[in-house]
Amino acid sequence: MKKRTYRNPVGVSRFTGLLLISPFIAGFLIFTLYPFVCSFVLGLTDYNGNTTPEFTGFENYINLIKSEDFRNAVKVTLKYAVILVPAKLIFSLFTAVILSLEIKGMGFFRTAFYIPSILGANLSVVIMWQYLFTSKGLVNQFLELIGASPVSWYGSPDKAIFIIILLRLWEFGSTMIIFLTSLKNIPKELYDAAKVDGCGSIRAFFSITLPQLRGVIFVNLILQIISAFQEFNAPYMITSGGPLKSTYTLGMLIYDEMFRYNEIGAANAVSWLLFMIIAAAVAVMYIVSGWIKRRDEK
Amino acid sequence: MIKYLKKRIIAYIFLISVSAVMLYPLLWLLGASFKSNEEIFSSVGIIPKSFDFSVFKAAWQTVTPYTMGHYFLNTFKIILPKTVFAVISSVLVAYGFSRFDFPFKKLFKALLLTSMLMPSIVTIMPMFLMWSKMQLLDTYIPLTIPALFAAEGMFVFILIRFFDAVPKEFDEAARIDGCGSLKTLVFILVPSIKPAIISIAVFTFLWTMNDFLNPLIMIQSVEKYPLSLALRLSVDSTGQSYEQRKIIALSVIGLIPSITVFAIAQKKFVGGIATGGLTG
Repeated sequence: MKKRTYRNPVGVSRFTGLLLISPFIAGFLIFTLYPFVCSFVLGLTDYNGNTTPEFTGFENYINLIKSEDFRNAVKVTLKYAVILVPAKLIFSLFTAVILSLEIKGMGFFRTAFYIPSILGANLSVVIMWQYLFTSKGLVNQFLELIGASPVSWYGSPDKAIFIIILLRLWEFGSTMIIFLTSLKNIPKELYDAAKVDGCGSIRAFFSITLPQLRGVIFVNLILQIISAFQEFNAPYMITSGGPLKSTYTLGMLIYDEMFRYNEIGAANAVSWLLFMIIAAAVAVMYIVSGWIKRRDEK
Repeated sequence: MIKYLKKRIIAYIFLISVSAVMLYPLLWLLGASFKSNEEIFSSVGIIPKSFDFSVFKAAWQTVTPYTMGHYFLNTFKIILPKTVFAVISSVLVAYGFSRFDFPFKKLFKALLLTSMLMPSIVTIMPMFLMWSKMQLLDTYIPLTIPALFAAEGMFVFILIRFFDAVPKEFDEAARIDGCGSLKTLVFILVPSIKPAIISIAVFTFLWTMNDFLNPLIMIQSVEKYPLSLALRLSVDSTGQSYEQRKIIALSVIGLIPSITVFAIAQKKFVGGIATGGLTG
């Protein structure tokens, strides 16, 4: 094998770089790899924190797949992600496209849209959101003002999840900013050329903007998928998973197994299954985006 | 021309209505903190009938033996070291990736990306057990120490972009003048990537303010609660005698640090993420 040469300034050894990144290497081992492996191992045991863990093979996984709670949590989490992620991406992209027209007051709009996503995970905002959707809360008062009938948000299993979806949609700002930055990097000449060819703005969007943004759409998609599947704070604080467990996400199930039922083995098994679901979703997105890229380049 | 104007008008109507939806709830929250309990649930307006500041004073006392001041202080005890740790470690790691060549560089960069994609909910339970074995639960160590190890891969990526944008000639000139690797970093490179460093500090501040799950799991005694847990405690005790408006006032108080920091850093900060790009 050919010996690799390291391109470094004179007098700098190839270990200087390694030394500099050593905090990351140590951090990766301690805070990513170790818990990841540990989680898998614990998932194969029966362990309540006091006794020594007892190896039980895949029993936790089998019990989970059989359990009503787990299947419900998977359904809730999937439903939540499948509605939220596309809605958030499309809305962010749409708003970014409008903002990228030469708009007066751009700074104001950008800040106004960005603030909720900065504060969004703050508990204060979560509490505020809880008030907005109470039976006499702001949302229902507005509905009454426009003549619609008030909705019992917390009472009905198919509406409660939308309290949380709307909260996360309200926080579309950071996703939008990433789109906005990339939109500005698309060469103007592409649009000028399209105009000369008699291409309308909607066509230009689909044949120039979207392909140019392919990379950043993918990044945003992955980030949103990962955070949607982990949702915990909002259902925990706002709906406590109810009514009838209709907002009981996998994140909540992990927390309950761990801290409510002391089933550390089962909690880690759920963590691992959640990880597999996320990994599968990311892999599918990766394959699909590769497929679209090849098709576009033809 | 008319078509162009029409398009503009529709765009503005859209933007203004979205801004209203974005900001109205926050303004309502501020107004509601002055309202009586009945008024909160009977009017959609922002401006209260009368301004009653006493509720803030009452809310400040909280339901616990401690005041909000105590919880603010706790939060800053977490934020301050965490921010310093995060900045130093991310700058060192990004410097290594941007300026030096070393064995397995590609592999490590891939690992950095992987660590960003790792859902924290998968790793948090084993971490809890680890800290509990080390008997460090109920201290701020589990909340601050990970930042020493460049725990936010995104920060490192933002910094690498900024480092890459600084011409290598700068380093070379410094080296000819006799600066070592560390001196070059501190005196030549850090001043040129200041906006990125500010972004990282602000993000760390805001995210720590927002963090709920980590303190919920790692901190047990009320005395050590950060702001987010103190807020939850107040909500949980609403059922008894705690008034709604006090909770709302508490929420307003809880938002003040984040809003202040955002307002101060706003320009540099939005610019920072924009240039950092986050994009692949």
